[in-house]
Amino acid sequence: MITEGRAWKFGDNIDTDVIIPARYLVTTDTKELGKHCMEGVDAGFSKKVRPGDMIVAGENFGCGSSREHAPMAIKGAGIGCVVAESFARIFFRNALNMGLAIFEVPGISGGIQDGDRVSVKHDTGEIIDHTNGRRFFAAPLPPFMQEIIKAGGLMPHVLRKIRG
Amino acid sequence: MGQTITEKILAAHAGRDVVVPGEIINVRIDIALANDITAPIAIELLEAANIPSVFDREKIVLVPDHYVPNKDIRSAEQVQIMRRFARKHDIRYFFELGEMGIEHALLPEQGLVLPGDVVIGADSHTCTYGALGAFATGVGSTDIAAAMITGETWFKVPESIKFTYKGKPQKWVTGKDLILYTIGDIGVAGARYKAMEFDGEAIEALPMADRMTMANMAIEAGAKSGIIAPDQVTVDYVSRRAKRAFELYVSDSDAAYVDSKSYDVSEIEPQVAFPYLPENTRPVSGAGTVPIDQVVIGSCTNGRIDDLRLAARVLKGQTIDRNVRLIVIPATPTVYRQAMAEGLLETFLAAGGIVSPPTCGPCLGGFMGVLGPGERAVATTNRNFVGRMGHPTSEVYLTNPAVAAASAVLGRIGSPEEL
Repeated sequence: MITEGRAWKFGDNIDTDVIIPARYLVTTDTKELGKHCMEGVDAGFSKKVRPGDMIVAGENFGCGSSREHAPMAIKGAGIGCVVAESFARIFFRNALNMGLAIFEVPGISGGIQDGDRVSVKHDTGEIIDHTNGRRFFAAPLPPFMQEIIKAGGLMPHVLRKIRG
Repeated sequence: MGQTITEKILAAHAGRDVVVPGEIINVRIDIALANDITAPIAIELLEAANIPSVFDREKIVLVPDHYVPNKDIRSAEQVQIMRRFARKHDIRYFFELGEMGIEHALLPEQGLVLPGDVVIGADSHTCTYGALGAFATGVGSTDIAAAMITGETWFKVPESIKFTYKGKPQKWVTGKDLILYTIGDIGVAGARYKAMEFDGEAIEALPMADRMTMANMAIEAGAKSGIIAPDQVTVDYVSRRAKRAFELYVSDSDAAYVDSKSYDVSEIEPQVAFPYLPENTRPVSGAGTVPIDQVVIGSCTNGRIDDLRLAARVLKGQTIDRNVRLIVIPATPTVYRQAMAEGLLETFLAAGGIVSPPTCGPCLGGFMGVLGPGERAVATTNRNFVGRMGHPTSEVYLTNPAVAAASAVLGRIGSPEEL
């Protein structure tokens, strides 16, 4: 699978309160959450995003709350994947569990500019910035986590285990 | 090579003698917790998968605390989902209004989380229970759904960082100040993925409420967990509450730490975390003149009886500034009644404040004190991110309850020493 689109750049420590402010946590509807994605830092974000676009961010992306609404909102906004220097641990786990593709690439902030055309190959972790021609590789996930992704998320993985 | 308390607890729950940082293990859990924001997603997943029963009706705890008493129709619907699920599966620990308190104050108070436990909660401040000598960490709704089926979850065994606190604290310095100072030192990602282990004579001297405040905010340094070895304070706290047997683990003297930090607490002043990150800390004497509109005293961080006593000590006989709104939120019904019996509520009301029923409410900008554009609040809560308590241009300053109370009187950020 390949995500190809515009890179939307964000800084370090993007927290879950700006990804999806708590006043919207009265629904579990992904599309509706998507309408308010990143509202805390960019009020018009969800209207500007096109399917296949991606978020490129700095250190500790997704810090703060355990709300799964954060990766849900990002998916609901049509974002294809998130590439960051590093992720906060609960966000990382939530994204993995619900099938939002995330890629950890130290140094990526300096390599990709806001608005660049970027493609991400999900299986190899190869990232190409078509605007400046640079190429990056994400660290591969441990085999156990790859199993979860292959199953389609944590729930299918667990159900397959208990139901055989 | 010895093991840390964290490694010992995880090994025991994985059915192993030893675990090492970095390995991925499957562990048995003692408690799985969710609230009115996170439980509905988990319940919808379980229902979509047609799960006939949960792994153990006594090990699942459901606390509708964030938007309760329900602030609107949709938040009422969220709790309806929880309530129906709790009835269908006969969940023993579903806390209806009246019994409900802020989850991380409620579970320890009710003896539901104990030393040596592995606890997962679909709430990032689940790390609070590390104060009891448990391994406790926040996860998402899907992890909770899976755990409700299997009674297990997976973890990467975290490396530990040791934080040692020596010396005697200054007046008005609490556990909140020690943890804010620490986050100010290492940053909001300073302990990312790690277990923060707190020890030293200043920790041994801390009452349980302050220990909980410290473990509670481990997540604000990015940590997986915060933990304090159980001692007599722990045993005194849990032995009259525990509903089942528990186990005390301590780190071996030759356990391995990825890093260690040492602080002399006699040099630490009461702290203020400025917007928009908990790491933006300053001593209260260096806060400058910051006029404020609201003060919130409560939350899973600082809504326990000790916190209310401290705030009341400062507010006794005082009147809050006419430009400030003071909201006091006892964290649980037990805390509320105790505060009432001790006359603390009278002190808050006489000073010009209001007392809310237990709820997370304003801490996350839910209700019961949402900030308007440009407004500033001093809060004893845990996060001061952009828009955390309301409008994106509003500001939250994090402090201990004494500084918050003093600030309400002064109309600006300030110390009780100024009253």
